[in-house]
Amino acid sequence: MRIGAMILRILRQFIHDKRTMALMFIAPLIVLSLMSLVFSGKEYHPNIGVVSQTSSLSTVMEKLGAKVLIYTSDTLATQALDNRDIDALITLKDNMPQVLIEGSDPSINKSVQLLLEKSMNQVSTTQVQLKPEISYLHGSLDMAVIDRFGPIMIGVFIFFFVFLIAGISFLRERTTGTLERLLSTPIKRWEIVIGYVGGFGIFTLIQALLISFFSIKVLGIMMVGNFGYVLLITILLSMTALTLGMLLSAFASNELQMMQFIPLIIVPQIFLSGLLPLNTLPMWLQKIGYVMPIYYAADAMIDVMIRGKGWSHISTDMYILLLFSLIFSTLNILALRKHRTM
Amino acid sequence: MINNDDQSVISVQHVNKDYGSKQVLHDISLNVFKAEIFGILGPSGSGKTTLVKILIGMEQRSSGDVYILGTLMPKLNMLQQIGYMAQSDALYTELTALENLEFFASLYGLRGQHRAQRIQEVMKLVNLKEHLYKQVGQYSGGMKRRLSLAISLLHEPALLILDEPTVGIDPILRQSIWRELRSLTAKGTTIVLTTHVMDEAEKCDRLGMIRDGELLAVDSPQALIDATQSSTLEEAFIHYGGIRS
Repeated sequence: MRIGAMILRILRQFIHDKRTMALMFIAPLIVLSLMSLVFSGKEYHPNIGVVSQTSSLSTVMEKLGAKVLIYTSDTLATQALDNRDIDALITLKDNMPQVLIEGSDPSINKSVQLLLEKSMNQVSTTQVQLKPEISYLHGSLDMAVIDRFGPIMIGVFIFFFVFLIAGISFLRERTTGTLERLLSTPIKRWEIVIGYVGGFGIFTLIQALLISFFSIKVLGIMMVGNFGYVLLITILLSMTALTLGMLLSAFASNELQMMQFIPLIIVPQIFLSGLLPLNTLPMWLQKIGYVMPIYYAADAMIDVMIRGKGWSHISTDMYILLLFSLIFSTLNILALRKHRTM
Repeated sequence: MINNDDQSVISVQHVNKDYGSKQVLHDISLNVFKAEIFGILGPSGSGKTTLVKILIGMEQRSSGDVYILGTLMPKLNMLQQIGYMAQSDALYTELTALENLEFFASLYGLRGQHRAQRIQEVMKLVNLKEHLYKQVGQYSGGMKRRLSLAISLLHEPALLILDEPTVGIDPILRQSIWRELRSLTAKGTTIVLTTHVMDEAEKCDRLGMIRDGELLAVDSPQALIDATQSSTLEEAFIHYGGIRS
């Protein structure tokens, strides 16, 4: 009943505030469109897996900066490829190299192809002309960079807007005194937190639907997985963003100070979300990614949208996001003790 | 229940409050009786707001006891019997008056026909009935104050706590609000209000004078004036304040 009232009130506030609604719904679409137009690449040394003896090719590739890993069987090697331990797998069939590229990151695909081209040229001078047969485990040759960025950016946008809007509306609740008034009624502290999650949950569901639909259908971002999983990921991510935004709003005394969390909370997450190849970063920086919600959402989004994976592959990411939300919610309920101990 | 006085709606016993080393309330003890208007008179910064927040449990007291209707506070379900209006209007300005009222009414468990009826009643009481569907952002300061008062009356609380209720309200309206407060006490509602305005304090049944967190005196306005051989409440306040400091 009270939760219902909280949800209804939040929905009504949204409906009255057309600008915020537009920001949540339209702004991500504009930026995503821009991103699909603008992009630049980056140098990366791929990991190559080999099964049988391809020694001359291996040495050449290693000389060109690649890391070559030798596997004892085809099964082990394919598994390593699917786990993204290696970026491409080279096997020999009738003395002809067969290349299987993992394929979920177009920038890595390109560097693998470049490496192949260079090494083939060097090998070919001594032997007959070699023309490798290239195939993809996921994705395809014509996969664009936006196909890789899209899934991550969907997560980034949802996190960004929900974090900011939830944080600011809870901050306002505190500064205008409505929080005090709420707490002078018999509402329980957890009912306030759950009410917020519910009210924003409905709005973020619509936002997630719209952004995902626009990205996939209008911008044509690659999508081979289940749309339901995309929604699940975005909802769990927005719950994390909401509860974190509410929590951090306690440390801001006005809207401007809430904005100051952007470079602190949002930007590092974008950089460590997998948008740029993480393998090129120092190890300690990669480790920081493990405490960032967007990292898990981005990982799951790529698994679903590009690699077409199901629940068994994203479940760990989902549980971690759920755990984040639970921890932040609990901290929120505890933080409200500052205003009322009951 | 340790509370001996059955007549007391509020019983405050030796309440102290400090923020770190700064003590804001010193050993406050007072009783508020049923169906009276009890005024807490003092300048801003004297500890009035802290005191009323301690009454309802929004602030923690450092020591001492507070009983409301015989129950040791803070207690969550006692809030159902208390109407509280803070100094700030605390309204959702992007919502209409009706939506604000519906929201808070629901928090107090009011629903359906009864809720709709109470909303009509309180809006009539504060003379805002024709502005029910207006967005609160378009309200004037005085209208917001009245809507805020209307919200605190929704659930027909036995005890009404008002922090500076008539700030920014024009004299005619102030008079009508006082009339309404009187009619509420006639129905048995107990009212505690804070004020820094002397002529408003004079309308209270009994007054507690507070300064720098110390309760200087508690009595009816006339008795306070008589006891200090003053001609006005202001003189009486100065008299009590002077003795202590």
